[in-house]
Amino acid sequence: MLTRERAGEIFDRIRKYATTDEVEAYFYGGRSALTRFANNVIHQNVAEENYGVSVRTASGGRTARASTNKLDDESLKRVVLASESLAKVQQPDPDLLPMPTPQERDSAFGLRRSSIPARYFAETAAITPDDRATGVAKIVGVANQHNLTTAGIFSNAESVEGIFNSRGLSDWHTQTSAEISVTMLAKDSSGWQKSNSPDVGNLDPLALAEIAARKAIDSATPREIRAGKYTVILEPAAVLDMVGFMFWDFAGQSILDERSFLNNRIGTQLFGDNVNIVDDIAHPLQSGSPFDGEGMQRQHVPLVENGVVKRVVYARATAEKMKKSEYAGKVGPVGATGHGFLLPNEMGEMPVNIVFGEPEHPQTVERMISSTERGVLVTRLWYIREVDPYEKILTGMTRDGTFLIKNGNLSGGVRNFRFNESLIHMLSSVESMGRLVRASGEESFDMVVPAMKVNDFNFTEVTKF
Amino acid sequence: MKQILGWALNAAAQPGVSYVDARIVDNRSRSLATKNGKVSHASDAESLGIGMRVLADGAWGFAASDDLSRAAIESAAARALAIAKASAQVKQQNVQLAPEKAVTAQWATPFQIDPFTISIEQNLDLLLKIDAEMRAVPGVTLAETSMNFHREEQWFASSEGASIHQTKYSTGAGYAAYAFAGTEIMKRSYPNSFGGQWQNKGYELIGELRLVENARRVAEEAVALHKAEQCPEGILTIILDSSQLGLQIHESVGHPIELDRVLGMEANFAGTSFLTLEKLRKLRYGSELVNVVADARQEHGPGLGTFGFDDEGVPAQCTPIITNGLFTGYLSSRETAHTIGEQRSGGTLRAEGWNRLPMIRMTNISIRPGEKPLTLEQLIGDTDDGVYMETNKSWSIDDKRYNFQFGCEIGWEIKKGKRTRMLKNPSYSGITTEFWNSMDAICSSDAWTLWGTPNCGKGQPQQVMGTGHGAAPARFRNIRVGSAYKGN
Repeated sequence: MLTRERAGEIFDRIRKYATTDEVEAYFYGGRSALTRFANNVIHQNVAEENYGVSVRTASGGRTARASTNKLDDESLKRVVLASESLAKVQQPDPDLLPMPTPQERDSAFGLRRSSIPARYFAETAAITPDDRATGVAKIVGVANQHNLTTAGIFSNAESVEGIFNSRGLSDWHTQTSAEISVTMLAKDSSGWQKSNSPDVGNLDPLALAEIAARKAIDSATPREIRAGKYTVILEPAAVLDMVGFMFWDFAGQSILDERSFLNNRIGTQLFGDNVNIVDDIAHPLQSGSPFDGEGMQRQHVPLVENGVVKRVVYARATAEKMKKSEYAGKVGPVGATGHGFLLPNEMGEMPVNIVFGEPEHPQTVERMISSTERGVLVTRLWYIREVDPYEKILTGMTRDGTFLIKNGNLSGGVRNFRFNESLIHMLSSVESMGRLVRASGEESFDMVVPAMKVNDFNFTEVTKF
Repeated sequence: MKQILGWALNAAAQPGVSYVDARIVDNRSRSLATKNGKVSHASDAESLGIGMRVLADGAWGFAASDDLSRAAIESAAARALAIAKASAQVKQQNVQLAPEKAVTAQWATPFQIDPFTISIEQNLDLLLKIDAEMRAVPGVTLAETSMNFHREEQWFASSEGASIHQTKYSTGAGYAAYAFAGTEIMKRSYPNSFGGQWQNKGYELIGELRLVENARRVAEEAVALHKAEQCPEGILTIILDSSQLGLQIHESVGHPIELDRVLGMEANFAGTSFLTLEKLRKLRYGSELVNVVADARQEHGPGLGTFGFDDEGVPAQCTPIITNGLFTGYLSSRETAHTIGEQRSGGTLRAEGWNRLPMIRMTNISIRPGEKPLTLEQLIGDTDDGVYMETNKSWSIDDKRYNFQFGCEIGWEIKKGKRTRMLKNPSYSGITTEFWNSMDAICSSDAWTLWGTPNCGKGQPQQVMGTGHGAAPARFRNIRVGSAYKGN
């Protein structure tokens, strides 16, 4: 693995080659491996090792970036020159700030670094192809036992991320991750489960396979029921994939660009009063780097309190622009929160460590089902896209385990639905929530979310299976 | 590079190994963007490395490394071999590869102007000029432009003796104007949404796109949408512009014909396909007017799916996918060809880069234009009552590729052969085969454009690839319109 010490030496060389006022180097990479299975066999099995550096130079209000995965002197000189060439022909941008110093970073330090749990686990990094094959064999064993066909992945990775700038700021992060995703296929039905953690010890391939198999078996011979508004119980992965579409809008730059659904809505009761959301890098179920694209510390940011959007996140420059804009005073507290992307970029910033508030009276999914006279249990959603950016209407499909609930009981599988549902409406219609879990889906990044029981969820069409 | 490939092939030639291939890929890209009169993004990126596939004990292993030293290559080969042997622990049958003649060849994208030779200043000036045109229109609240260049040089060698050197260029550019007012955010894009138009061409594409000339009109339309009527809901006749039809082909023809999906290999992520094997040469996919090919050859045009050889050394081919409405072909690879009774791969295995395993990907999946001369205006003139929809805004389809829903940026009411009032938020939905069977007219070759989709995601780890889609405006009868807003 690339070490902080070696990266520091490389940065010293980059600094020597740069002719601009300021220079920043962002290091990335690691080792990763993924075993993929389908039709009860391993059909793809890959491993990769790759490290790179991305250099940003800045001078006189001009900045640009160039990246390479070659760390020899010639490549470093080339990448510095490329960055400078891209920057020097630009018109100066008065909004471009000097790179942050360690003092600026530390003065904005709203979070004790020691409160962030370790996210590197040697056991996860040490997983071998044979270990993954053994895990897959267990999953295939469950499929065979139930006369099902299985497909999925078992992956592990160790990664590094580091930043150095010419004003003395530097930071480094290493972490591991492991993931198992299992689909079980029957003749006319399917089930799915997925789990992701920095610590492979938190993953249980057998348990995931058994749940996915049970869903496939129980949803067999799905019947078609009419589209319309239903009470739905969204399992955590379905919640995650829906709500993930709104967090681009919780960004100061998105407000300034007038493309956020939060424009003119911050401070208003937008969601139900049982909805609370924070961005919290230190949450024990969270993951990821504790610094942003400029090296600023990610702070704990309360985004939604009792259904009211309280504030959004900021990169340094966005915060300064917001203070001078017509929106200042209308968007809650303004200041750098450590959520900026690598500069230069179009989108500014985004919260990426989402944690929903623990409900006062959490309910299990079983309890939600038993309290539902007629509704639909949704395991997973698929191919979600935004239909309307301001009303936040999303469309997508249910997938891999959609059940009818009748009189408090699951009543077999149903054909999958297309939905067209406003996120604002959805989060205003949450009847109950489950305990928080680290959920993993396909449309959004991992989050800490509960299962939700939502009233009047808008299914508009039914597909053929 | 040949020497490095030789190290890889030799290092992997161990007992139990029946096949090895290796690809060294050198990628270079440039990305420029502006927002509201300022440069919002300027970056260059390069990536060089090697990826190798090893077939040992009848199962696959793949390893990739950014280090091209002999020691690192030998280490990666050993890793690929160990991975293949682990794969063999959970197998049922040995992988079979369809035979392919090993060739020594070179191929390069034909282009007139190397985009990396154009000064950054010239590119930024052009983008800022477009930006100024858009922001000159009152009501425009956000203007974004972008321009991207990509160069990929690849050296491929296999244990069967293949040695292929390919260099591909692609260029893309586009822009969007946004107008926020009241409770609506309206958007118009040009030449297409989500990154504009992309082709395997040099800088000459930028001149062909007439970017500046269209900027003011596009911005005016974004503002005018606020005053437009909501697109009606119901069962209607629709005409789709060629870019929207290109995406419709991508989602409801291109993905379902991927043989790996059909065989269940993508079941956990991208999904499977309704096009099960017994449907080949039996299913009426569309009306008699629907003729679709998968064509990776240069003679098809400069699509993002154009190449000389795929990433396992199979030459570019043209496969008839839908012939006069009948389903006639899949996208296949050397590993999957035998499942449809073919003796040879259709040549569609491609990887995002050196660090990704090649997999079945769309090449250029294109609908043939109509044979009789027919312009868009003539098609509208031939339509009594309907909606003309332009430029994709949202897209979604189920994991077997039956039920889809698309939204477009702008619609136009058609009454008695005339394009009348502007409509906002047009959308349509349906079932794939019912939709294609409802096509009763398609414009001729003058209205046909080879669109590039640069952002097609598939695989685990996910790979993002470019695909090509030739299309002309076409008319569809009895289509469900407007359900995206139903109930909201």
